[in-house]
Amino acid sequence: MFNLSLQELLQHLINGLTLGAIYALIALGYTMVYGILKFINFAHGEILMVGTFISLAVYNVLCSTATSGMMIIVFFIISIIIAMISSGLLGVVIEKIAYKPLRNASRLAPLLSAIGVSIILTNLAQIIFGTKDQRFAYPYNNDPFNLFGISITPTHILTIIVSLFLMVILKFFIDKTKLGKAMRATSENKRIAALMGINVDFIVSLTFAIGSSLAAVAGILYALDYKAKSTMGLLIGLKAFIAAVIGGIGNITGAMLGGLLLGLLETIGFRLFEILVVSIYSIFGKSITGIPLGLKHMVAFSMLILILLIKPSGILGKNVREKV
Amino acid sequence: MLNLLIIVLIYICLFCILSLSLNLIAGYTGLLSLCHASFMSIGAYTTAIIMTKFNADFLLVLLLSGILASFFGIIIGLPTLRLKGDYLAIATLGFGEIVVNIIINWESLTRGARGIHDIPTAKIFNYRLMPKDAGILSKVIYFLLILIFLVLTYAFISKIIKSRFGRALEAIREDEIAAVSMGINITKYKVFSFAIGAFFAGIAGSLFSIYFLSISPGNFTFNISIMILCIVVLGGMGNNFASILGALIVVPAYYIPQLLNIPFIPPQFNQIIFGLILVLMMIFRPQGLLGRKKPDFERIIKRKSFFIRSR
Repeated sequence: MFNLSLQELLQHLINGLTLGAIYALIALGYTMVYGILKFINFAHGEILMVGTFISLAVYNVLCSTATSGMMIIVFFIISIIIAMISSGLLGVVIEKIAYKPLRNASRLAPLLSAIGVSIILTNLAQIIFGTKDQRFAYPYNNDPFNLFGISITPTHILTIIVSLFLMVILKFFIDKTKLGKAMRATSENKRIAALMGINVDFIVSLTFAIGSSLAAVAGILYALDYKAKSTMGLLIGLKAFIAAVIGGIGNITGAMLGGLLLGLLETIGFRLFEILVVSIYSIFGKSITGIPLGLKHMVAFSMLILILLIKPSGILGKNVREKV
Repeated sequence: MLNLLIIVLIYICLFCILSLSLNLIAGYTGLLSLCHASFMSIGAYTTAIIMTKFNADFLLVLLLSGILASFFGIIIGLPTLRLKGDYLAIATLGFGEIVVNIIINWESLTRGARGIHDIPTAKIFNYRLMPKDAGILSKVIYFLLILIFLVLTYAFISKIIKSRFGRALEAIREDEIAAVSMGINITKYKVFSFAIGAFFAGIAGSLFSIYFLSISPGNFTFNISIMILCIVVLGGMGNNFASILGALIVVPAYYIPQLLNIPFIPPQFNQIIFGLILVLMMIFRPQGLLGRKKPDFERIIKRKSFFIRSR
């Protein structure tokens, strides 16, 4: 009945960690913006999508001139950097145009504006880049190798290393540098931070730039294994936001933790759930092969409901009492 | 030409019902729901499935569709409405994705992505309506039917808004903490507002399926939710008449190029316009084209019944 071997479990663990690392990178953007502006940057997923497509375009153009494998890897890195810079700029521009005039408006206004931005970006991308799914040609040999019966691809390793590296740098930046301190002060209280001589507008722009460029990297890593399409931002953004809520929104470490947790739940958790359903069916004498993969999206969503019911402030979040 | 006019009018009426119900949720209560098309799809699929399997009276099915949609509204609302509005937006977005996923994957009931295409025409009090292709008269009948429900919706929601219940909703929108301290059970009111909005969205979905006689998951995408939201925002949140005005502007702009088969406009163009409407309205005129009426407190206070109740 329970045909889940250790190998399969470890395989799901690797897949889950890879997916979770990507979610974590995106969740950082949500959580940083929420920490400072107290609103959900709905367009975050779309910024990720635009970054991915820019990198794809640059990569494809450059690769047509490539002569050796080494050059392709260099071009891949160049395309990542270009995508990071351009989506960082995009994030800042969006903030200046669509969110900044609304900073003192009602709570609903920036949210609606962000939804508008995300629709514009999705549809513009469809017009510019087309509606077909696109995919990176792997810049390296992506043959999986076997480790104790688990197949690990270089993409898995690359994703985990790159995201860990970026997360450590970000954590260092926030905790140890002066700009990071200014950022923390701004998220604590904007007005007092301004009184202390912090340029709040600059800090907000910086937050958007960092979050958006991290999202671009996450999008590229995602598009290596899955496909890039103009609508990918919606679902992946939603899941990353849920990851941020699970970890405790506004909390950087929480976002990383929540992302990894959600990735694991979507792979191992979903498999366990599938086994449960199959065995329940077999008790009643029916045999089914599995449950539709489309239901995988339900994992994240039910986690959101669950966490909101049990601990709305998230795993690492502080309980904030609302005051008049 | 007349044909086209009636089709556009039917679309306008359907979207009026949808935007009025969203206006109750988003405009009056201040909750951002991004799954209005999903409530619509629940109503539409309930109608389609029951009508194809049983020979039931349409009005009964219609009521059932609305109730089922509002039941789902309560299910999604109860856990999320206790929290701030931002979470609700995300949760409703996720709920919308899940509804589409379930509809696509539950093949035995909903026939998956292909949709249901053999819905029988409606039977009202033993009088069976003709299908919409049977000539201009049948279209007019459908139009009148939908118009009746639009008027009912408008009357019902206007009545609610003017009552004690509606004032409680507006108090919640303005300031939740103040509303709590006035003794308003905000979770209860929010869930009620959500359930009523979902009910009318389900009704609109049911009317949709009975007019087109064929539905598929593609009819109820996220884009439709955004379109409804756009109508509400453009007209002015928290004003019923403004929602109708918004529908009169947005729906023809959306459907006439499509129905006339104008080829050079890409389908994404409309969506970009919607996005621009949302952003520009928020920046330059957040109260919408018409804005909202300020409640006349003097008149409310002068009303005798108010004093009796408050003692």
